[in-house]
Amino acid sequence: MSDELISRVTGVIAKTQKIPPETVTIDKTFEELKIDSLDGINILFALEGEFDLDIPDDAARGIRTVREMVEGIEKLLIAKSQK
Amino acid sequence: MNRRVAVTGIGAVSAFGATFPDMWAGLAAGRSAIRPLTLVPAGSLRFPNAAEVPNYDPLHHFDEKDAQMLDRFAQFAAVAAREAIGASGIQFSSELRERTAIVLGCSGGGKATEDEGFYSLYALGQPRVSPLTIARAMSNAGASRVSLEYGITGPVYTISTACSSANHAIGQAFRMVRSGEAEVAIAGGSEAPLSMGFLKAWEAMRVVAPDTCRPFSLDRRGLILGEGAAVLILEPEERARARGAKILGEIAGFGMSSDAHHITQPSALGAARAMRSALADAELAPQAIGYVNAHGTGTTANDATETEAIRSVFGAHAAELMVSSTKSMHGHALGAAGALEAAATLGALQYGLIPPTANYTAPDPACDLDVVPNTPRAAQVECAISNSFAFGGLNAVLVFRKLS
Repeated sequence: MSDELISRVTGVIAKTQKIPPETVTIDKTFEELKIDSLDGINILFALEGEFDLDIPDDAARGIRTVREMVEGIEKLLIAKSQK
Repeated sequence: MNRRVAVTGIGAVSAFGATFPDMWAGLAAGRSAIRPLTLVPAGSLRFPNAAEVPNYDPLHHFDEKDAQMLDRFAQFAAVAAREAIGASGIQFSSELRERTAIVLGCSGGGKATEDEGFYSLYALGQPRVSPLTIARAMSNAGASRVSLEYGITGPVYTISTACSSANHAIGQAFRMVRSGEAEVAIAGGSEAPLSMGFLKAWEAMRVVAPDTCRPFSLDRRGLILGEGAAVLILEPEERARARGAKILGEIAGFGMSSDAHHITQPSALGAARAMRSALADAELAPQAIGYVNAHGTGTTANDATETEAIRSVFGAHAAELMVSSTKSMHGHALGAAGALEAAATLGALQYGLIPPTANYTAPDPACDLDVVPNTPRAAQVECAISNSFAFGGLNAVLVFRKLS
């Protein structure tokens, strides 16, 4: 997990949630950031745009923390680069 | 004046075909009409299936000029209304036309019409869109068409409360007939949401199943969108008896509530309040209910929340209830959903057969009700409720009673 990747993902979360970027740190849960299910799919949509990715529903299900989200994006980016 | 309200006609356009008998035959066989999408190329969508009205040809129902004037959703409304009015045997005198109401639910209006017009504008670079766009796409186009076709001049309007639209519409119509504000009501809902722009919006919600609709099942993965319309003819029981009409059932009560909780997440409290309100309106104890036609969308959240709400309203009696989601067979037709489910519930009472929850594979501890899995069940039920819970937190519940 590179610092650059973390910062891009947390940046997208902050921008989508309309909250200060410094509040979105890697160890925060969605609950702490007041991210509900509708916010979650809105963030997924923004991340798909940011990283030019298709995030399948199955990959998105069950993600509850910023760390899980960064890890999930990393996994998809690796899979994409190997295509 | 509180009159008993009889249903004397049912019309339905659904994934089973363009008539109520087509739909009932499918439901009574426990057959799911969810199939691969054909109205749009499904290649770019995350879900390949929907519950489309099969082999629908507008020119089978309308002349070319009328077909051009009417979006698919408004056509469905008119086709279902014709069947319902025909089945009821009502003859409209000029006095009765003034005393008849039309209340139809519709969530989205003419989505395909809008999509087509805006595609030509944005993608094809055309400088203008068809002058029929507004008249075709407005959500009241279905109700207005029925009004024009039959010369109905009483209160005519459309209710748009997402997935509760048709239940709100039937409930309002029921109250108008019950109170005497209207002598007859033509009530139901219609929807034709299967156009690419709208499907993409649903895809982004991540609530549509990539396989099929499996309400209350452990491996459920979401809803399946459907289309269609259903229309009921409502009139006072006395009037129906006086003219020797065949009575298909009674609407005994209606209740509604708003969650005031979240724009898309369901709330068991709000759902339960709507059910309690409907039972109180019908002056029925929870123990009087034998069947619940569930909202049962097949999403993780809805089915568990609805189970919790049913348990809180019915207490120990929840164990005796049959609860099925016919959306597993006719799909989720949004603003038409409550109307199709009202038709299904009336069929269940009339024919003594509970349509099952199809596509069910494994029990979910969070949905521990008798969901009548996969196999239709012969059962004489006196009273039933039909739930609709919409995005936006708006809940509407109808109570039906057998009346022979």
